[in-house]
Amino acid sequence: MPERKFNVLPGFGLTMGFTLFYLSAIVLIPIGFLVIRTLGISWSDFWRLATTDRALMAYKLTFGASFIAAIANAIFGTLLAWVLVRYEFPGRRLIDAMVDFPFALPTAVAGLTLADLFTRNGWLGRYLVPMGIQGAFTPLGVVIALTFVGMPFVVRTLQPVLENFEREVEEASATLGAGRLRTFVSVIVPSLLPPIITGFALAFARAIGEYGSVVFISGNLPYQTEIAPYLIWMRLEEFDYSGAITLALVLLMISFALLAVVNLIERWASKFAN
Amino acid sequence: MGAGHAKSQRGTEESLLVKWLLIGLALLFCLVFLLLPLLNVFAQAFSKGLGTYLDALKHPDSWAAIKLTLLVAVIAVPLNLLFGLAAAWCIAKFEFRGKALLITLIDLPFSVSPVVAGLMFVVLFGAQGFFGPWLNEHGVKIIFAVPGIVLATIFVTFPFVARELIPVMQAAGNDQEQAALTLGANGWQTFWHVTLPSVKWGLIYGVILCNARTMGEYGAVSVVSGHIIGRTNTMPLQVEQLYQNANTAGAFAVASLLALLALVTLAVKTFLEWKQHREFKLAQRATLAESAHAPPLMRPKSQ
Repeated sequence: MPERKFNVLPGFGLTMGFTLFYLSAIVLIPIGFLVIRTLGISWSDFWRLATTDRALMAYKLTFGASFIAAIANAIFGTLLAWVLVRYEFPGRRLIDAMVDFPFALPTAVAGLTLADLFTRNGWLGRYLVPMGIQGAFTPLGVVIALTFVGMPFVVRTLQPVLENFEREVEEASATLGAGRLRTFVSVIVPSLLPPIITGFALAFARAIGEYGSVVFISGNLPYQTEIAPYLIWMRLEEFDYSGAITLALVLLMISFALLAVVNLIERWASKFAN
Repeated sequence: MGAGHAKSQRGTEESLLVKWLLIGLALLFCLVFLLLPLLNVFAQAFSKGLGTYLDALKHPDSWAAIKLTLLVAVIAVPLNLLFGLAAAWCIAKFEFRGKALLITLIDLPFSVSPVVAGLMFVVLFGAQGFFGPWLNEHGVKIIFAVPGIVLATIFVTFPFVARELIPVMQAAGNDQEQAALTLGANGWQTFWHVTLPSVKWGLIYGVILCNARTMGEYGAVSVVSGHIIGRTNTMPLQVEQLYQNANTAGAFAVASLLALLALVTLAVKTFLEWKQHREFKLAQRATLAESAHAPPLMRPKSQ
């Protein structure tokens, strides 16, 4: 039992009260009412609305594209974190600062400029489209937008771990005769895996709900390039409230499940580190 | 000796070829996913000349969108700042049951899709919502009006200030506040003169990040705004509207302001990190110098 220290600091009641009030008013009550509103929909209706062909295609695209984007982020994020921490090269500090750019740039602007880059006349599209790589208005476009949005997560979770990584371990491995590749695969990668997985899960969770950057580049064709959040928006535009709320609840439950998984991974990772 | 040195280098470092290959790959990735999207915003915005650019920004609809975005930020950011301060104070300075749960709940808006966030407020205050009929009777408009936009934005940007402040305040500890209180300062004085200065960099970064996300919020606002041009269009919505109307240069002109805001946010962040790092170094040097000059009795005792 940890000893309870006497705390002379004032203001616990006031700040705790305000925190709980604001949290309830802005977050908990709106989420609660959304759930209550779904209770008004019968189970068979809920199931029917949640599993229409169009909805199933939208989930498939949302999860597929989010997964691929998160994998791309895990690979390139690891590479970027490694290069930023271990090597010295011109422009390193600038790139280090720019990694947070997708986090600061409004999603609508990201979508707008990415769509423009990959269209036939865009800076990248003029080379890629003749090669048969259609970045705009295709599922690939969704992956591109989600990769952009999720980029900072893996880099920023991995960077501090890599900075504090003990070089002695690598030296020991080298002294014992392991080549650099062997050291990397059997010594370095295992200890970097927990932060990479955490970053991957964060990028994946973010990608599932992402809206602004995707809707510009995907073209939002039903059954083809329509993501689940866009379908919710569409249902709302059609005044199909039950449809919108059903899909929203499905998305919300999946997001919360992911959040729980991220928490579990973090707990596992911190236990692993000890 | 020389050969041994070369061998140990090979053991703990990659060969030059691998190193530059990795750097090259990383730079290529940054070029495609960071630099080109950024440069493209400004290149497209100025593609038809400075005159067209300024005209696009001076258009009454764009101007109305800019003013609305600023209004939303002026309301939403201070509220989230107040919340961030209160939440960080009780979480960082006190021990209580359910602290981990409270932190998880504060993070909740991060994992809610912006569209779902907007929908929640439609369910509450929309014409078919729980309080819709009552609001209609009393002539209060929330959805398709400014209050709805503010609420949805606050929801989405809710965790930012708290998230930045909690770790900084936790790291600062309670000792200084306790000393101030013992010396006779009251709670507010302690907060203003002791706590705030010790967390100011984290606080400033939390506020500017919250501000950038507030001004740039698109999904949630898109659901509750109703897209009334000149009245309920914020800047990101105006960007979309102009793009839909095939006015690409106009869309990029408004977008360039938001991209500039993102760049300023990053610049401030980098500056704050540099400043914090320097202060830390200075403080370290000062403690070392002090303990070296102090008479033996006053030297900090090691355990």
